[in-house]
Amino acid sequence: MTENEILVEVRDLKVHFPIKRGVLFDRTVGHVKAVDGVDLRIPRGKTYGLVGESGCGKSTLGRALLQLTPPTDGEVVFDGVELTTLPAGRLRSMRRRMQMIFQDPMSSLDPRQNVESILTEGLQTHGIGGNRDERRKIIGETLDKVGLPRWALSRYPHEFSGGQRQRIGIARALVLGPDLIVADEPVSALDVSIQAQVVNLLDELQESLGLTYLVIAHDLAVVRHISDTVGVMYLGALVEEAPSDRLYSEPLHPYTRALMSAVPVPDPDVEDRRERILLAGDLPSPANPPAGCRFHTRCPWAQPTRCADERPALREIGGSRVACHWAEQIASGELRPHKVEVQITRPLDEGEDPHAVSAPSEPGSYV
Amino acid sequence: MALLDVDDLSVTFARRGQRTVHAVDGVSFSVDAGEVVGLVGESGCGKSVTSLAIMGLLPKQPGTRVGGKAVFDGTDLLQLDDRSRRDIRGRDVAMIFQDPLSSLNPVIPIGLQVTEVLARHRGMKGAAAEKEAAALLDRVGIPDPTRRLKEYPHQLSGGMRQRALIAMAVACRPRLLIADEPTTALDVTIQAQILELLKELVRDSGTALVMITHDLGVVAGMCDTINVLYAGRVVETARRRPLFREPRHPYTVGLLGSVPRLDAGRGERLTPIPGSVRDVLPWPDGCAFAPRCSRRVDACVGEPPALVLAHDGRSYRCVNPAPLPGMTPAEEIRGAVPTDATPGSVPAQAVPNDPPAVPGLGPAPREEDARD
Repeated sequence: MTENEILVEVRDLKVHFPIKRGVLFDRTVGHVKAVDGVDLRIPRGKTYGLVGESGCGKSTLGRALLQLTPPTDGEVVFDGVELTTLPAGRLRSMRRRMQMIFQDPMSSLDPRQNVESILTEGLQTHGIGGNRDERRKIIGETLDKVGLPRWALSRYPHEFSGGQRQRIGIARALVLGPDLIVADEPVSALDVSIQAQVVNLLDELQESLGLTYLVIAHDLAVVRHISDTVGVMYLGALVEEAPSDRLYSEPLHPYTRALMSAVPVPDPDVEDRRERILLAGDLPSPANPPAGCRFHTRCPWAQPTRCADERPALREIGGSRVACHWAEQIASGELRPHKVEVQITRPLDEGEDPHAVSAPSEPGSYV
Repeated sequence: MALLDVDDLSVTFARRGQRTVHAVDGVSFSVDAGEVVGLVGESGCGKSVTSLAIMGLLPKQPGTRVGGKAVFDGTDLLQLDDRSRRDIRGRDVAMIFQDPLSSLNPVIPIGLQVTEVLARHRGMKGAAAEKEAAALLDRVGIPDPTRRLKEYPHQLSGGMRQRALIAMAVACRPRLLIADEPTTALDVTIQAQILELLKELVRDSGTALVMITHDLGVVAGMCDTINVLYAGRVVETARRRPLFREPRHPYTVGLLGSVPRLDAGRGERLTPIPGSVRDVLPWPDGCAFAPRCSRRVDACVGEPPALVLAHDGRSYRCVNPAPLPGMTPAEEIRGAVPTDATPGSVPAQAVPNDPPAVPGLGPAPREEDARD
């Protein structure tokens, strides 16, 4: 791939949120490593899907990519421009080219603005369209693209159904003519029959406008449906990245395998036949992630050597990138899964009793 | 004799100055002992209200009216007084809710909440109750159960909370368990754990389970019989395999077509149902799904479609159902009949107690009005 084909490149991106304690003097007692070293590239005109369970850092990664959350470390290169060091003014004008679609269309649209005002705001900010008529023309064309009627302009968000509201959200992103759209759970708040409409719309828009998408979702089926490449995240890092068909047919990382086998398929024959890999326990706290491979506490294939003390890096295995020491051996069937004891996991920042806390991973954490 | 027989259940919410809402409108289904029955539908189809009405958990407000019957083992649950209903609830019929954090009491330790059920229904006290509670938590897969008994709900993760809630529900070995979206608030891997646990419980104890969900995948893996709801009525009932293999009601067809499947390729077009859930025709004026239906004919509007009983326990509420794969020619005749009839006239299938007027229909489904 030449440099020109890559629209977005993320290098070793880290986003750490401090955990503060104390009333008068806020002390930082640790960090939640929401995103901890992610590398990815999104080719122009393609869709990159990001999946993972809640708390794995996928939304934070999306926000950090757009500089909505300042990254702690790492680089984000958008069309050859490094974003993390860009002055605020230039970043603002850059934002025209990268837009976001949010999960809940009701809470991401201002209830007191009508649709025209919602769509005009961005145009005014970026000085697109000289006068009102010109802007109206742009807005009208955008409405046609997302399949909303022209009379929608004078209406308010509450007058629309969930699917239509999401279309307004998409129109708001499209009206500026962006190159990249980051869609954070674009369909998960919608009913099943409406989901399909929005998924199809996103597909059509990509075809006609040549958009590049970063789709963040927890629903593997949706992500597989619209993505060319899928990245699977676990506790702030990518564990596997592969073309979407390959990820499904040949999942290499144990977590991907478990995730794939856990997704219910609406077909009784498939459901009865398939082998399930049930993971024990819950996602560990990102404030105190396990040492070594993050997944080794729940991994049915975990080995006594390496897994607990050496963090695996992403490495290429036949078209996929996998972060597992034993990926080849697991794929060939040399290693067999074993039973994993459930370890109790505490909700973040709640009820840590003295026994449950393991050795602090860095000085000063967990007082 | 079925364990639970819900017959013509209807729930209406009326408020002065506002339109009366028919949340549930003549829902009938039955659950046999040890059977897993699914209620599937989108938001607003009345699936949760159905379960709350059966359990007697709807708020007692003027204007809320519950009609019909829900016969559990010979007694009509809807006619019981509060006292005897409390005796049955938790002991014979138990419920698992969607959001475990809001259905557990945040200021009472888990152990006390589990022993409460044991004390109320099984008369257990003190150390014996505590021991039984620990055994229950252990059974639902909570590690180190004796210590968990003293903990509060906020100290447990979402999956563990749902397990605790399941432990409370199965504490008295109920004969019927109603699970209202038990895994919707959970992640996929945790969802798989909980579903596996529910399957095990049903298999080991012979408990009947009513599974309420919007996820067709969950239903495909668990349920024996499935009822699809739309706008407060059951539009299709079928066994698991026939429903997924040859759905008859256009809404079921639409639902199956609009779910992206994990085993389908990239970019395969989905076939969504046009319109939104709010485009509903009131049932008395015809089929509620008609405004969104691709197989709409004149007969859909004007009169509510009757329930058509087919063979093998199948039934659907549609005048122009989707054709079966092997029966296309006959289906064409059937499809043509309602259109040929003069608008407003009643199509052959909608007439109660009338044999099908169309000759040459495959394995002659017995058709009758099941509601009256």
